[in-house]
This record gives sequence, C-alpha cells and structure tokens, in this order.
Amino acid sequence: MAEFCMPSLGADMETGTVIEWKVKPGDRVKHGDIIAVVETEKAAIEIEVFEDGIIEEILVQPGIKVTVGTVLAIIRSEGALAAIEGPRAEAAEAMKAPPLAAAQPVPPVEEPHPMDLHRLAAPAVEGPAKRVKASPYARRLAARASIDLAGLRGTGLEGAIQAADVERAAASREAAAEAPGPSAPEKGPEEMPEAKPAAADFLAGMRRAIAAAMSRSNREIPHYYLQTRIDMSGALRWLEAENQKRPIKQRLLSAVLLLKAVALALGEVPELNGYWIDGRHQPREAVNIGFAIALRQGGLITPALLQVDLKNLDELMEDLRDLIMRTRAGHLRSSEVTDATITVTNLGDLGVETVFGVIYPPQVALVGFGKITEQPWADNGMLGVRPVVTATLAADHRATDGRRGAQFLDAVNRYLQEPTKL
Amino acid sequence: MTEARIKETIFKLLKKIAPEADPESLAPEENIRRTLDIDSFDALNFFIALHEELGVEIPESDYGQLNSIADMVRYLAVRLG
Repeated sequence: MAEFCMPSLGADMETGTVIEWKVKPGDRVKHGDIIAVVETEKAAIEIEVFEDGIIEEILVQPGIKVTVGTVLAIIRSEGALAAIEGPRAEAAEAMKAPPLAAAQPVPPVEEPHPMDLHRLAAPAVEGPAKRVKASPYARRLAARASIDLAGLRGTGLEGAIQAADVERAAASREAAAEAPGPSAPEKGPEEMPEAKPAAADFLAGMRRAIAAAMSRSNREIPHYYLQTRIDMSGALRWLEAENQKRPIKQRLLSAVLLLKAVALALGEVPELNGYWIDGRHQPREAVNIGFAIALRQGGLITPALLQVDLKNLDELMEDLRDLIMRTRAGHLRSSEVTDATITVTNLGDLGVETVFGVIYPPQVALVGFGKITEQPWADNGMLGVRPVVTATLAADHRATDGRRGAQFLDAVNRYLQEPTKL
Repeated sequence: MTEARIKETIFKLLKKIAPEADPESLAPEENIRRTLDIDSFDALNFFIALHEELGVEIPESDYGQLNSIADMVRYLAVRLG
C-alpha cells in the first residue's frame, strides 16, 4: 500500500484542491502518470504519481481544499499485491515517506497559517520532516475520521500507530460526542463550495503565495549579490546566422543560450545548484532551472526546465516553448513545479538592465539577466560598441561565498563567448 | 489579400496570444508589444502563427519593423500582393 498525498508544490504552498481525478479506483498506474489535477493558489498543476500500482481508493473528492500532506488516495503497489500484510510489512511501509513527499525538496512550511479558517482538524501538517509513524490503514482511518495522528499513542512496532489505536480514539471521541455538552470537533475537511475560485480570488491567492515565499526568503536567506557585464556580440552573431538557416518554427531565442550557459557554468560551480534545508547545504546533481514566467493576468510562476545541462539548444527551445504555453494554459506537471534547483529570471524584454533577485527558498541562488543593449565596450585598448547583457547572481551566503559566485559568473561569460559549444 | 483581411487575421492571432486584450481598440501606430505586454516568446509565437495562417516567412531581422498594427499590415500587404 502506498499513500498518494497532497504534494507540496512549492515553498509557498499550504493547501491545495483536487479539481479533477484522472483515474478511478481499480485503474492501473505507473511511475510518471498524471493522475490528478490540483489547484494551488498559483495554478492548476497536473500531479504525477511516482509508483506503479493500482488505485485502491480515492479519499478526497474534487473541490475539497486540504492541507499539504493530506492523503488523497491509496495505491496498492504491484509488488505488495501478493505480500502478506503483517504488521512488520506495514511498519516498513510506514517508514517510507510518501512518494511525492520524497520527491519534493521543500520542507514543511512553518509560517503562521494565513488562512486559518480553512485549516483542517485532521491530517493537517504532516510533512516529511516530522512524520508520525503509522500504518497506511491507520492513516486512512484517521483521515476519514478527522483524527490527528500526532495526538495518538501508537502500540505498534517502534510506537507506530495502528488501526486499532485510531479506532480506539474514534470510539472515545464518539462517546464524548454523545454525552451532553459541547459537541465534538466538526468532521471532515471543509467543503469549498466553488471548485474554481473567481479570478480576483485567484490573484489574491497568488499574491499571498508569493508574499509568503518572498518574506521567508528575505527573513531567512542572507543574500549576497554579484554582477557582471557580458559581451554578447559573438553569441548574437552566431544566433543570427543560425536562425537565418532555420524555418521560423525552429528559430532560437537568445534566452535559450543564456539558460544553457547557466547550466554549464553550474557544472563548474555545483554548490549553487540545490537547496538549503534544515540548516544544511544540499547541492543537487540534476540541473533543473526554474524559469520565471509572468502570467498575463498577473503574478508569476517559476516552473522548471529539467536537466538543462544535458539538452542541446533545439531541445531546450522546444522545452521552453512547451513550458511557457503550458504554464499559461494551466497544464503544469508536479515535477516541474517542485524540482527546480535554481531560478533564472530574464527581464530583458521589459528593457530592464539589471536584475536584483530574491532567492526562491529553499534554493540557494537566482541568476538574473537584463536586456541586451548596445554599450560602449573597451577591448584591447580600443573603444567599440557591443551588445551587452548584465548578468547578476543573488546567492545564499550560508551555502556559498562570493569567490565561488564570482567563478560562476565568470564561467557563464566564458560559455557565452563560445556559442558553438553550447 | 485585402488590408481588411490582413487586419482581421492579425486581430485573431493577437487574441490567441493576449486573450484579455482587445486589439481592435488599439491605435494603428501604437506599439503593441508594450501595450499588450508581448514578450519575445509571445512575439515569436505570433510570427509563427502568422506564417502558418498567411504563409509569409518573416526573417528575424525584420522583427524590429513590426511593432504596430499599421506596421504589420503594411509589411504583410507588400508580401501578399
């Protein structure tokens, strides 16, 4: 058995609403399948499953807002079909973090809850860090009866909570409810009458989500900033010649060169690629670049381009195009909103020259690019005019120092001087 | 192709890219990139759509000439005869 939980789709996410199930009980699913669509305060996201198995039961119906970590469905894993479900096997299962929680880099948000009205009585904040040991069946029972596992004493292996413990708690609560006096806590997650919030609510929610993440960033992350000007004449000459050879659909944008240069430079300074979680620097191997995409209705989302270092420019262009279209149409996948290891903000289209970034926690760096403009440029004692872009790095001083940051920007510059190698 | 048809096509494609916008209300010489907040990706997608709809291949070096509705109508009218 495995639990499919409301994933944390970003440091700023506290609650989510399943707006659609793409599967029904009995359906077979495999790793990477999209099985549900979840609406957060920022967007509707397609949620992937990281497990092979059969949908056993769907616990949360569409339209109900629940907190991150709430069990949404039970998946019977293929391997476990034949296995006997002794307490030992259950305990072993319980030790494993739920699949989505394991994939998420984000620690549970500890901010005071801005929407306490919607806070749930039950499974509530059950992040991977402080997970209560319990059997999946016990969890399911608890979720149904709105019993907080954290408040129970387990009688299973290593104190794991078993179904019987939950049943006992439910029974004693019922007894209390039957007695005259104040009624027992309301049952079940709060119904959100409107499945899709109105545009104004959506925008307000998006603002709140950005506010939470950015406040946390400014409060917790000691930023340092570096800036360098990069001569883009070689890169743009190459790009122009390349685009002349290509039909319009295959043309590249300069943003793709910048992204690839960042990815390759991260290969030289890998410390900037990853997270700071629980007081520990945790670099990541995969270079998944969160690319800040402004939404037309306001706000922004930074979905990830996965494994940018391993892709050629054509693949990246295709991926970027696809990602932007899906971001705007509201068809992002969960891995794209959780897996970014660094963020790139390109504000060049708006004529901005320099970006002073705010890091998206728990990441440890943000790279900004401004507009490519013609500027006076001295080279070999000669003054000329070159297309120049200002690249900036905002980095977490807990994770890296200015020297490494400088080496990173220097590497970005170097890669952009050799566009054929991108 | 008449200028009216060209304009109609431009409006239709702009609405796909900026659904909340009302391109008909734009002044002909207005810079639509700025007014409709069209970034380089939107612009490229728009040029691709124009190519698909009208068969006109717009070289990258000409992008800079196509900032307003009037620019685009002029540019396309010449090439569509």
